[in-house]
Amino acid sequence: MRSELRQRLVRFGPFLGLALVVVFFALASGAPERYLSTNNLRVVLAQTVIVALGAIGMTLIIVGGGIDLAVGSTIALTGVLCALAIREGWAPIVGVLASILAGGAVGLLNGLAITRLRVVPFIATLGMLGVARGTAKWLANQTTVNPPPTWVNELAVTFPPVPWLMFAPGVWIALLLAVAMAFVLRRTVFGRRVFALGSSEPAARACGIAIDRLKLSIYGVAGLLFGLAGVMQMSRLRQGDPTVAAGTELDVIAAVVIGGGSLNGGEGSIVGSMVGALVMAFLRNGSQQMGWPSYVQEILIGVIIVVAVAIDRWRHAQQGDAE
Amino acid sequence: MTAVLRLTGIAKRFGATLALDGASLEVQPGEVHALLGENGAGKSTLLSILGGLVHPDAGTMQMGGEAYAPRSPRDARGRGIALIHQELSLFPHLSVAENVLMGTEPSRRGLWDRERARSLTRDVLAEFGHPDIDPDALVGRLPIGACQVVEICRAIATRARVVLMDEPTSSLPRGDVERLFALIGRLSAAGVAVVYISHFLEETRAVASAFTVLRDGRTVGAGALAPVSNEEIIALMVGRTVSELFPRRERAPAGDLALEVNGLAAPGLQEASFSLRRGEVLGIFGLMGSGRTEMVRALFGLARPGAGSVNVLGRTRPLSEAPARRLADGLGYLSEDRKGEGLALPLSVADNVTLTRLSSCSRRGVLDPGRQRAQAAERARELDVRMRGPGQPVRTLSGGNQQKVAFARIVHQEAEVLLLDEPTRGIDVASKAQLYEAVSRAAAAGKAVLMVSSYLPELLGVCDRVAVMSRGRLGPARAVAEWTPEGMLEAAIAG
Repeated sequence: MRSELRQRLVRFGPFLGLALVVVFFALASGAPERYLSTNNLRVVLAQTVIVALGAIGMTLIIVGGGIDLAVGSTIALTGVLCALAIREGWAPIVGVLASILAGGAVGLLNGLAITRLRVVPFIATLGMLGVARGTAKWLANQTTVNPPPTWVNELAVTFPPVPWLMFAPGVWIALLLAVAMAFVLRRTVFGRRVFALGSSEPAARACGIAIDRLKLSIYGVAGLLFGLAGVMQMSRLRQGDPTVAAGTELDVIAAVVIGGGSLNGGEGSIVGSMVGALVMAFLRNGSQQMGWPSYVQEILIGVIIVVAVAIDRWRHAQQGDAE
Repeated sequence: MTAVLRLTGIAKRFGATLALDGASLEVQPGEVHALLGENGAGKSTLLSILGGLVHPDAGTMQMGGEAYAPRSPRDARGRGIALIHQELSLFPHLSVAENVLMGTEPSRRGLWDRERARSLTRDVLAEFGHPDIDPDALVGRLPIGACQVVEICRAIATRARVVLMDEPTSSLPRGDVERLFALIGRLSAAGVAVVYISHFLEETRAVASAFTVLRDGRTVGAGALAPVSNEEIIALMVGRTVSELFPRRERAPAGDLALEVNGLAAPGLQEASFSLRRGEVLGIFGLMGSGRTEMVRALFGLARPGAGSVNVLGRTRPLSEAPARRLADGLGYLSEDRKGEGLALPLSVADNVTLTRLSSCSRRGVLDPGRQRAQAAERARELDVRMRGPGQPVRTLSGGNQQKVAFARIVHQEAEVLLLDEPTRGIDVASKAQLYEAVSRAAAAGKAVLMVSSYLPELLGVCDRVAVMSRGRLGPARAVAEWTPEGMLEAAIAG
């Protein structure tokens, strides 16, 4: 019985953490009706879109036993590309799609470095972190790129262009993609193979899975999501900024890890990662409302990451799982 | 009749090592074929080539009369070859069904068909006599015996024409070994050929009808198994007769009490009491999961004992101590898990041998590499470790030589009480003989040796006294002359 209770606690651990954060700030702010208002929810969700999209892609990568440190740079690069395309007079939809595809191309390059050059993901994507950031600055001529206003700028705004949407279109897009990716990971052959790869690469190879192709797909698909996150970044800023999103990869990885993802691969869930992203967003938002300086947020988020993973390890020890 | 497999002149080089050099193998349909040879003889490499994991440098392969050259495991699987590995290759985070069917998943337009996967897996498990395993269970939570079952079921599920088994029974409890043999019989009756590697000759005889012996990467003998004696096979394997596998040393009078354990209890261990004198080899026999490994780990501080008392070399020691303290007390530990816990695989022979007593080759914390290498080379020579030099990474040695390095470490440590957990698991006959020799030498030099094993002949051949562990309880130690193999097995199973 006790272990069953614990299991349940574990499964809902991230939710519990999220609830704790929300309840704490609702009470501590002294004005729960404001903290829990639709308006504030709009703010929080619009702020989460970029990290959430990144976390969807990163969950795929981490479950497959990899890592991507170039997310922030990829976002900056694709954001700049989107702004450039629109400034050069491309149709906005074409600019958006081109940016998403560019993200996918960056991901494929990561995948090629990992599979063809046999460089471990940490190093391959560390290299890409520099390459993508540098390329973004080069393309943007070391300054910001200001496109004329289009509907793209409305994608991630706090207040949606049409009121019945309730939230920014980007929030709905992220939600849709999260549901799709959760389905892919759980129910498709591709998804189960990603889990298999992360769980034990030699075993996956022995099972006749084409490892290299699988890795290319993983990094490519994740790259598409990072490209879309870049579009959202451009939308929020209303300009392409090659220096933006530095360190976003760490927020993204933190979201996945708080949500139960294991950097050893084979574990993680989209739902968990989304909750992880929300935990951090509510924490940031709450700290701002409390008027706490930003260093308090940083310390708090740092502590939460370590505590979340420590709880995860403790749970593994309790269950006697193979590490 | 066309052979289902015909390999001739297979050669494979890994760096400086010639793993295979003129290996041949011919397997008939429905035949159970034992592939024999010392570790390092090239058996596993040959299976890896068949399974598409490794590509040969030279030689021809035919399957059912057609040329066969698998480019990848996927390719090999497609041609009807299933490989069951020496080391478990499972996905701990996935379910039993997913493990069994991975790579050949039932799907509809890319969707994993869970219902079909479940029923397919249930059928395969039932076929293997294990309807008790839940297809939805997470493999990471299954006991090791069940994991092996899952691994074997994966091979069955692909409906292979040839099943390659690399030491499938090394981690199976007795009942499962019998089930496996029954299954091999059924596979064979259905026309599936089985190529079977095992270090247990007796066991091999029970299941195989034909054999091939490899030595130094070359096929040195093949034929029907029944007319050939064990001695002849061992002679083929080692290239000489092992007249004395078990050395008989003169019995030294039992010395002082070296280790006294009373009422020891730990997770997985109910109760163990025994005493061990200097110059004595005490054997502990027990099946997998009987608590034998748990006992040794508790003694060495790797698990926290719940009750009992431990006395080492006349001094009562705290029940719970860190391994570092136990080392200082004079205990030496040889893990059953050579690759995970026993050795630092990427490090050199010299590092591995001297690791527990680096003080012997350092001054004020600064290592003297020359002395370290010299000391390690000396120990390695005593145990006849086949290596290029003390700088060679342990990872690149064969299993038998790795185990000799692990043993050399305890010798270098100058431990007074040797705790050996399955010291000869998965290693070749010649290396086994050398380790037995080393154990006897240690005892003759006044060390006290505790040897845990599930291999009856070696306990009877090497130990002075043997006690049997069953269901977490250690029985009384009796002189080896008072035991028969049947009696030991009965004590282990009955409990």
